[in-house]
This record gives sequence, structure tokens and C-alpha cells, in this order.
Amino acid sequence: MLVASVLLLFVVVVASVCVGAQAIAPAEVWRALTGAAGGDEYLIVREVRLPRTVLGVCVGAALGTAGTLVQTLTRNPLAEPGILGVSAGAGFAINLGGLLGLAGGQAAQLALAFLGAVLAAVLVYALGSASPLQLVLTGVALSAVLSGISLGLRLMLPDVFDRYRFWSIGSLAGHEQVPLALPAATIAVALVCAAAVTRPLNALVLGDEVAQALGGHVLRTRLSVLVLVTLLAGAATAAAGPIAFLGLMVPHLARRSAGGSIPWLMAYTMVLGPVLLLASDIGARVLLPTGEVPVAVVTAFVGAPVLIWAVRRRGAVSP
Amino acid sequence: MSRSFVVRAGAYSVRAGRRTLAVSFALLLAALGLAVLGLSLGGSWSSPQEVLSALAGHGDAVVVVREWRLPRVAAALVFGAALGLAGAIFQNLTRNALGSPDIVGLDAGSYTGALFAITVLGGTSAQLAVSSIAGGLLTAGAVYALSLRSGLSGLRLIVVGIAANAMLTALNSWIVLRAELDVALAATGWSAGSLNGIDWDELTLPFIVITALALLLVTLSHGMHQSALGDEVALASGVRLNRLRLLLVLAGVGCTATVTAVAGPIVFVSLAAPQIGRLLTGAAGVALVPAALSGAVLLLAADLTAQLLLAPVALPVGVVTTVIGGCYLIGLLVRRTWRNGRG
Repeated sequence: MLVASVLLLFVVVVASVCVGAQAIAPAEVWRALTGAAGGDEYLIVREVRLPRTVLGVCVGAALGTAGTLVQTLTRNPLAEPGILGVSAGAGFAINLGGLLGLAGGQAAQLALAFLGAVLAAVLVYALGSASPLQLVLTGVALSAVLSGISLGLRLMLPDVFDRYRFWSIGSLAGHEQVPLALPAATIAVALVCAAAVTRPLNALVLGDEVAQALGGHVLRTRLSVLVLVTLLAGAATAAAGPIAFLGLMVPHLARRSAGGSIPWLMAYTMVLGPVLLLASDIGARVLLPTGEVPVAVVTAFVGAPVLIWAVRRRGAVSP
Repeated sequence: MSRSFVVRAGAYSVRAGRRTLAVSFALLLAALGLAVLGLSLGGSWSSPQEVLSALAGHGDAVVVVREWRLPRVAAALVFGAALGLAGAIFQNLTRNALGSPDIVGLDAGSYTGALFAITVLGGTSAQLAVSSIAGGLLTAGAVYALSLRSGLSGLRLIVVGIAANAMLTALNSWIVLRAELDVALAATGWSAGSLNGIDWDELTLPFIVITALALLLVTLSHGMHQSALGDEVALASGVRLNRLRLLLVLAGVGCTATVTAVAGPIVFVSLAAPQIGRLLTGAAGVALVPAALSGAVLLLAADLTAQLLLAPVALPVGVVTTVIGGCYLIGLLVRRTWRNGRG
């Protein structure tokens, strides 16, 4: 199954480079990549499609993994990274930056969003670290506070509103020229650490006492999971805007293949996240003749029916 | 000494813990105090004596107090209670602290309806009310139908609701993205929820509907608390679960839709009020009365703050409910952590 998923990922990556407003044959793509071809194809592939595909793989894997970690840690199948205040914090920082005249360029916006996401998440942990339920409630409460203030700011400042509404719906388009090396590197490192934390997490799922009896450090595991979720979701949100639902959706799909083992669940998540996001992004490019749809709209419209079907067919699966 | 009281009226009896009673009474007092404050506040300040005599029909301030300020205060109290009830119903039904009407897509559906009214029709207030109710009810109906499968399970309802909510939210922000800036601003303003400029004509029907739904809930509350103990317990004590759940969903959706039609979606009261009531009373389940009272106090306090904060500019109350409710919930959680840490 995992091999099939990886193959699927490969197909989607190739398709993501080939498909678009101007379709490019795989052979042409290959020549453009190896530097043999010149002209338009070369530019499109090297400067637009390839960065966009890499961004899609990073963001998809990051959001999926963050979702799996959060759902496993809070033992709540409804939890998603956004619940820890990450997207609300990023949005708030962008609005506040707009108010202060800081959110001019894309790089500034990226930095603001990441900073806001991290600060909000740190605040949530500081206030709600007592129990998983408390963590979720604190995250929801802080998100509400931040998004309420943001909404008030936006209603009073039309130009801040105008910029925010373009950021507020996640998209991979138009992010190609942004300095993405740093978010991508952050995500890559965090993914490796996430893979390393799966074994202690597997013990933690059985309950705090059992994990302790098995020799795990409950607090250390919990803390490192939270740090990883913040880095993953924060970097992904900063790079592509809030793509809700992907972090909720991917673990539900992966859980059906993984059969209760956290390491396997993580492996499936890291493959299925990019598959889902890239497939949605390809759809976003070709779906409407009038122009591109933001990818967050497509993930919602593709992911939600699948989730509903899965829940109806087999019943909700608890983590 | 007994720690709880039993109140009997004919065939019905209500058992309430002493702390629940005390908290409810305190919330009631808070609501009354805030109501007097709300009647006194406005373009010009009226003293509480003036307010009371104006309510009785004497003095210069009769029109201001009875026709301008009273409807707004009453709307805040009743709508807040309705939202608190809706939240308590959904949190009981789904047995999940995140279960609230927003989660089953009701708010997002209403917003889609309102966006349709604003961008396509022209956006008169009647069109807004009808479209937003229709959007909300259609969404709720679809979510309900999709989550039925040999009986309704709370968790399935919530997952289907989240899925529908995600689709509609994406659709909504896309519509806002494509719209002209001033249309987008108007639409976003509606989505914040506001009690500005509300009067009696708009309130009569909503008040009747909410009262009827509250009475329905009184007859359902026993079964609801039984089913909160688990499906087996409920079935063993003779509760007809599917019928009960259908009625509960109808009551919760009805409360939310009614409020949304008049005031726009006022977020967060439904989610926070039951939790606040629960933390104050220390009760195990999600009780209806503390939730309703917390909701009323929360919305009224928020509306007063919305009027005062940047006066003379009145903020939409929805902006303030999220901020106040969120801060208060955080405060309660922090206090509980601190107490547990010491004890």
C-alpha cells in the first residue's frame, strides 16, 4: 500500500510540472530540467512549475503531519493544527502588520505570518498545557480572540482588509518568487524530527501511565510534538496562507491504511498529504476556464466529500 | 445536609445542585445589573432612577429607553440565551466540547445565503434574513441527512458538519475575494453579527420562536441528560434516542437560525457559554440553564462593550463576543490549571 502511495505521489509530481495553462510534455520537461531546452518551456518549468510543485510537496507534508501529531496528542479526531491558534495567529500578525504599515512585501508578510503563528501557539501551550482537552479549548479561545480583533481591524481599515482577503484563502499560486528556502528547510528538518518522535508517541497513545511504565518521557514527548506542530503548521501557513482542512483530512485517510500503528500512520501521512495538495493544485489550475481557483477551495471541495463518504461508510475512526 | 434541591411541579420535577442554583442566581443578578446599565447608556446618560421611571412610563426618557434601548437590551439577553442553549444542545449531542452550531456548518451556510443576497440580489434586510435562514437550514438539513445511517451518531454528525463547514467557508472566502472591495466589506460587516439599530418590529416573531423552542427543550431535558450517560443507559430508561436527537437538533438549529436572521452570525457565544456555565457550576454534564444564562450575560456585556469601546463608532457585537468570550474562557482555564497545580 505504501509503495502504491509513493508511486501515486510520483505521478502527481510529474503531472504538477506538466499540467497548466500551457501543457508541457514530460519529455520537454526533462529537457528543460537538464538544461537542454531553451525558451518558454525552460522558464515555465524552472521558474514557476518546479518551485510551485516543491512548495506543494512541503506544505502538504507539513500540514498532514501536523494534523496527525495534533490528533494523536489530543486524542481528538477533530483537532487540526489551526486549533492551536496557528492560522489565527498568522492572520492576526498580518492584520496588525498592515495597521502598522509593515506588511508591504511578500517576504515581510511571510515573516510576520510565521512569527504570529509561533507566538500564538506558544501562548496556547503556556496557558493550556495541563491536559489535552484544555489545550484544545485554549487554542479555540485564543483563536477566537485573535480573529475577533483582526476582524475589527479589517472592518475599520479597508486597505488592510483588501490585502488580507487575498492572503486569507490559501493558494500555491503567486508564491513562486517568495524566498522559500527557509520555510522549506524548516519543514524538512521538522519532518525528520516528526519521524523520530513516532515511537515515543506510539507509547503515549496507550495512556500517560503506560507510557511512563514503558520508560517514555511523557512531558518531553508532548513538548517536542507541540514544538514540531508549531514549526510545521506555522511554516506551511506562512508560505501558502491558511489551507484549512488538509491537516484534519489527511490523518483520517491515512488512518484507514495504517492500522493503528503510529509510525505507519506518519509514513502514510507524509505521502498522502502532498498527493492530496498537489492533486488539488492541478485541479485549481485547470478546473475553471476563467482562471485559477485558490487551492484551498479545491482541497475543501475535494476533501470534504471524501471525508463524508469515509465516515458514512465505515464510521468515524478514533485515533 | 442535602447538597441538592428538588423542585416539583405536577408531573415534572427538577433536581438542581446547590452550587448550580447559586451560580444561576448570580448570573441572573449580573444580567439584571447589565440590563439596567444598558438602558442607562446611550447618546446621553440616564440615571437608573430615570430608567426605572421611564420603564413605568414617566419622565422625558420614555421613548429613548422603551423604544430604542430596551429592544436592544432584550435582544441581547434573549439571543444570548438562545445561542447558549443551542451550544449546550450540540455539546451534549456530540459529547464534544467543540460541538457547536458553527461546527455543523450553520453559520457558514447562513453566510453563503447572505453573500448570495448581497452580491446577486441587492441585499435588502428582508432578502438578507430570508437568504441567510435558507442557507443555514439547507446546510443543516444536508448535514443531518448525510450523517443519518441506521441512527444518528454524534461524532458522525460533527465530522460531516466540519466537512460541510470547510467547503462553505472556502466558497465564502472565494466569493469575498472575487467581489468588489466595497461589496466585500459590506459582506464581511454582516458576517460579524451586530445588534445596531434593532427595534421591536424585528423582534416579536424571533422572541416567540425562541420561547417556543425553550419550552420544547424543557420537555426534552430529562431525556437529554439520560442520553448523556450513554446510549445503553438512555435506552434502558425508556428514552427514544432517534426521536430525541432529531428534536434536539431541530431546537438547536432553530435557535441559531432565528438569531442569525435578525443579527447576523454572532460567533462564539454558542461555543463558550456552555463551557463557561459548566466551569462555573462545576457540573459534570452540560446543563441548559447555566448555559442559557451565561449566554445572555455574555452577549449583553459584549454588546455594551461594543457600544463603548470606540464610541461613538459602534463595533459589531460579534467582534466583541469573540474577544470577551475568548478571554474569559482562557481566564477560567488558567485559574483551573493554577488551582489543580496547587491542589
